[in-house]
Amino acid sequence: MTDQAQDPGPAPGQQPRTRIEPRLQLLGISKTYPSVVANDGVDLTVMPGEIHAVLGENGAGKSTLMKIIYGVTRPDAGQVMWEGREVRIASPSGARRLGIGMVFQHFALFETLTVAENIALALDDKITPARLAPRIRAVSEQYGLPLDPERRVHSMSVGERQRVEIVRCLLQSPRLLIMDEPTSVLTPDAVQTLFVSLRQLAAEGVSILYISHKLDEIQALCDKATVLRAGRVSGTAVPREETAHSLAELMIGGDLPTCSLAPRAPGEVCLQLDQLDLASSDPFGTHLQGISLALRAGEITGLAGISGNGQQELLKALSGEQLAPRPDSIRILGRDAGRLDAAQRRRLGLGFVPEERLGRGAVPGLSLADNALLTGYLQPATGMLKGGLVRRGAVRAFADAVIERFKVKCGGAGAAATSLSGGNLQKFIVGREIRLAPKVMVLAQPTWGVDIGAAMLIRQAIIDLRDQGVAVLVLSEELDELFMTCDRIAVLAKGRLSRAVPVRETSINRIGVWMSGEFIETETIEGANHVPA
Amino acid sequence: MSRLEARPEPSRVMMLASPLIAAAAMLVTGSLLFLFLGQAPLHAFHVYFIAPFGSAYGIGELLLKATPLILCGVGLAIGFRANVHNIGADGQLTMGAVAAGCVALYFDGVDAPWVLPLMIAAGALGGLAWAAVPALLRVRFNTSEILVSLMLVYVAYQFLGYLVHGPLRDPAGFNFPQSKMFGESATLPLLVEGLRVNAAFPLSLLAVLGAWFFCRHTFAGYRMQVSGMAPAAALYAGFSEPKNVWLAFMVSGALAGVAGVGEVAGPLGQLQPSVSPGYGFAAIIVAYVGRLHPLGVLLASLLMSLLYIGGESAQIELQLPSAITGLFQGLLLFYLLAADLFIHYRFKPRTRPTPTTPPATGPSASFATETAPHES
Amino acid sequence: MNPDYVIAFLASTAGAATPLVLASTGELVAERSGVMNLGLEGVMLVGAVAGFAATLHSGSPGLGLLAALAAGMGMALVFAVLVLTLQTNQVATGLALTLFGLGLSAFLGRDLVGQTVAPLPHLSIPVLSNLPFVGPLLFRFDALVYVSLALVGLVAWVLARTRTGLLIRAVGEAPHSAHAIGMPVLKLRYATVLFGGALAGLGGAYMSLALTPMWAEGMTAGRGWIALAQVVFATWKPRGLLLGAYLFGGVTVLQFHGQGLGIPIPSEFLSMLPYLATIVVLVVICRNPQTILLNKPMSLGQNFKAD
Repeated sequence: MTDQAQDPGPAPGQQPRTRIEPRLQLLGISKTYPSVVANDGVDLTVMPGEIHAVLGENGAGKSTLMKIIYGVTRPDAGQVMWEGREVRIASPSGARRLGIGMVFQHFALFETLTVAENIALALDDKITPARLAPRIRAVSEQYGLPLDPERRVHSMSVGERQRVEIVRCLLQSPRLLIMDEPTSVLTPDAVQTLFVSLRQLAAEGVSILYISHKLDEIQALCDKATVLRAGRVSGTAVPREETAHSLAELMIGGDLPTCSLAPRAPGEVCLQLDQLDLASSDPFGTHLQGISLALRAGEITGLAGISGNGQQELLKALSGEQLAPRPDSIRILGRDAGRLDAAQRRRLGLGFVPEERLGRGAVPGLSLADNALLTGYLQPATGMLKGGLVRRGAVRAFADAVIERFKVKCGGAGAAATSLSGGNLQKFIVGREIRLAPKVMVLAQPTWGVDIGAAMLIRQAIIDLRDQGVAVLVLSEELDELFMTCDRIAVLAKGRLSRAVPVRETSINRIGVWMSGEFIETETIEGANHVPA
Repeated sequence: MSRLEARPEPSRVMMLASPLIAAAAMLVTGSLLFLFLGQAPLHAFHVYFIAPFGSAYGIGELLLKATPLILCGVGLAIGFRANVHNIGADGQLTMGAVAAGCVALYFDGVDAPWVLPLMIAAGALGGLAWAAVPALLRVRFNTSEILVSLMLVYVAYQFLGYLVHGPLRDPAGFNFPQSKMFGESATLPLLVEGLRVNAAFPLSLLAVLGAWFFCRHTFAGYRMQVSGMAPAAALYAGFSEPKNVWLAFMVSGALAGVAGVGEVAGPLGQLQPSVSPGYGFAAIIVAYVGRLHPLGVLLASLLMSLLYIGGESAQIELQLPSAITGLFQGLLLFYLLAADLFIHYRFKPRTRPTPTTPPATGPSASFATETAPHES
Repeated sequence: MNPDYVIAFLASTAGAATPLVLASTGELVAERSGVMNLGLEGVMLVGAVAGFAATLHSGSPGLGLLAALAAGMGMALVFAVLVLTLQTNQVATGLALTLFGLGLSAFLGRDLVGQTVAPLPHLSIPVLSNLPFVGPLLFRFDALVYVSLALVGLVAWVLARTRTGLLIRAVGEAPHSAHAIGMPVLKLRYATVLFGGALAGLGGAYMSLALTPMWAEGMTAGRGWIALAQVVFATWKPRGLLLGAYLFGGVTVLQFHGQGLGIPIPSEFLSMLPYLATIVVLVVICRNPQTILLNKPMSLGQNFKAD
């Protein structure tokens, strides 16, 4: 598997053939952070007009490599060669001057400004938004990503916002475009549209660095792939000539692990949403309309959908962080819970793992033990509280138990939450909630940004919960994960909820269609007192 | 130039050291200031910072001035830990003094042992009631408690002014704006004959103990701490923010009110147009310098008290302006804030290629980055 | 009631309002870029004492105003270095700045108490100043009153229509996004904070050079805090600042003209009015959380550190 064709040179008497320089070449790039080696002697070669994948699981070092290329950070060792010359990329504007554009995973957009204002801000030459508008229209049409320059970003869906990011890059005529996990915010249809645009760009000579961990996408789109594993290059490949198995081998040293669900008849309804209408507390958020859903014991229900379609609002409504207008719109184990706060709902038996680890699921400045107390106090069996006083011994014992059972790699229960990696902190939070023996468990993006090992442990823990008779709801943007771990699946789109269908009776494509809002309305709840709209 | 790099974990050493560093820096600056003002720095330093310790009376004054600082500071620290900023302690102190003064004057001539406890209770209630307003407005109307509590300070000052110029003015006082002197039964007993420090001081120590126990051992203290560190986590855990706001203001208001009683039933002995040289504001500095920890507040109060006493002596002995005290107080807090930097960051000398910092504070909605183990 | 008296009363609101207009306009710019300076009170006082001292010693009010501007910027620079470069907590640092400013101004002004200077001269605009009624009401103020009004207009225009204003708004909303696309976040914030400090210093000097041409400790009596409330009241839009400042100005002068206008309330209660009015105004604006959510710069009060 070589990266550059070895040119044997011209035969005597012939004209010297010109060698095609790689557009970008990284040689021996290394970068170390205080507690982890992010990149270790990474080599990467991207030719002009090539769509080059950087493949690896979470934690492999892809993000750091991209930050180095885009000038956000600087490497500890190694060289960066741009079109044959060595360069030092000191900042994002330096990268842009060379002709490198980057579409971030977390968009760098200003919600209260218009599309034109957003793009004008990013361009290094000072052009007014008004003069920019026709160029925005032209370029966005040309590449199949139409945009209205006058729209304010806050009114746009996540997929549309990504278009703004892309068009912003394109207006600077990049010669290398970096796309960091672009498809997590797109419906399957929109993914295809994006691929068409990218192929068009590549045909015009633009090189594309495509960061992803999704094997099927890479096989469909990319010419070459460099695989990162634990900070090193484990190999390069031509994706179309490889199988999922061989790519997975490079990525994690074996097949991508799967888990499976033994068929199981669901039990009684543990949590019921009945025509929940909720206005978002965020002025730019999505309002929930007529959400109905029944979670049954011993069943995992998956909720698919692109973020920005009401997920935050639904999660806050479920957890009690935002109260519902009608007390009976949410019922937990038969009790009206719509007007109960988070603590009261947990006492009823609700467990919740939020998508933000630090700052919501755990307090950054506290130790693991103190973080165990955060929700641990609600379970009297833990003995953490007595008469309003905290019993530190019981708190510590609980934290130790979670750490052991869920194999959390840390410096003990006294370690600060910030000292753990994403995967380990997530294991701790999931473990804490599970150990409180909830009857209903809601998890939001449980394996986001988590390495494969931790992800599998978490998925298995969720399945074990289900086998013990807990009603589980998993929200995720990863359709593959949902299809692997859920009994049935529903879609949240534009604040409305689809029917939940058994996983076996549907397909990723069907769900993809539903994600753009085309679905049959929510099911009726048996025994509900009123006729649904 | 070296660059600032985030530490993987906050430095415990620096947490304890930075108040000391700040105090030292202030002392050094102070000495330079003395020099600038034409004073022999060592002598001025001695008069300002050392001499008060030299006599029993000096120590008594130290404890006397520290008392309202401890009372207010302890209350404020509890609130600051929860990100509830009561900036109006001086107003609550004033209203506590007013309430106690009214009781004293109402029962003037009554010689009973319950007058003083009644005054203390009234003072606590007065401060508490005055603090209830910013609490209520924040909880009901989302107003900034900083601005509301501050506005009420000026209102309280005016109200006291009205009382001592009008209804409560001593008829036999030659038209001076002050009330009658409080009677024996309405005055706090002195701790030691000849010194001015009174029974309010042990009360302040009790407050320190109570606050320490509250923060360390009670669940309410934990809730307030989480609320201050990560409001989203507090919401997630079902902690009630209104409860925290009320608790913070009630406690600090009541303690400030008691501090007010300590002044008017103590060294002042009557209601005057002003009953506090800004103790409520100095207590803010005390709370921060004391790292929001009750024991730290106690020590910081003693340091601040030293600044007050030293300032008075320096004014008399060296003709140094009294305004220096305020200057020192401000400087102390500045130095503390600057020194605190090193709790979370350290200097990393430049090597080639430059190592740069991993994200220490990221966007509020950021998830784990794939490589750096620190997230926000 | 004597119509001349009424006119004088109304005209005096401009004097009372101007320090607020100046200080709140400057603070608004800083807050739009995401920085909240709670030390306004201290900055105004230092500006007041600097302006007074400079005028006293040089005889030139122009020099005094310049000194106030510089002093305000100096205080703001201390704040900026601590908050922007050393990443200290904005609330604590602002409070520290206030207390430091109180102390510093008292210290610098210790020998100035009891001295006076000639107040800023009132303008005499040809024709306009001599109009009946309207003349004394609108056209006889000192230059700084008109400058303050012009400043509000200038700030409004810059924020809404220029690239600089766009940059400021962007940084205030999402400093990390701004940094990611290469904007100089800290440099911009330094600029807005210094601008705010300069204007606050000027506002303080207006009090010691025009309103009551003398120096006294703590003479701003909370106006710095009220300016902060004014920015909230105006929902961070410049045009709202004028309404708030002049409303406050009117309430303030009530206490001086109370007896003249025949109001039978003890003077101390009239003196409470500006502060109570500020509280009421805050309640009115803040009670609907959506108002604040929609208008408050999203990064206000949060520190930014580049990766």
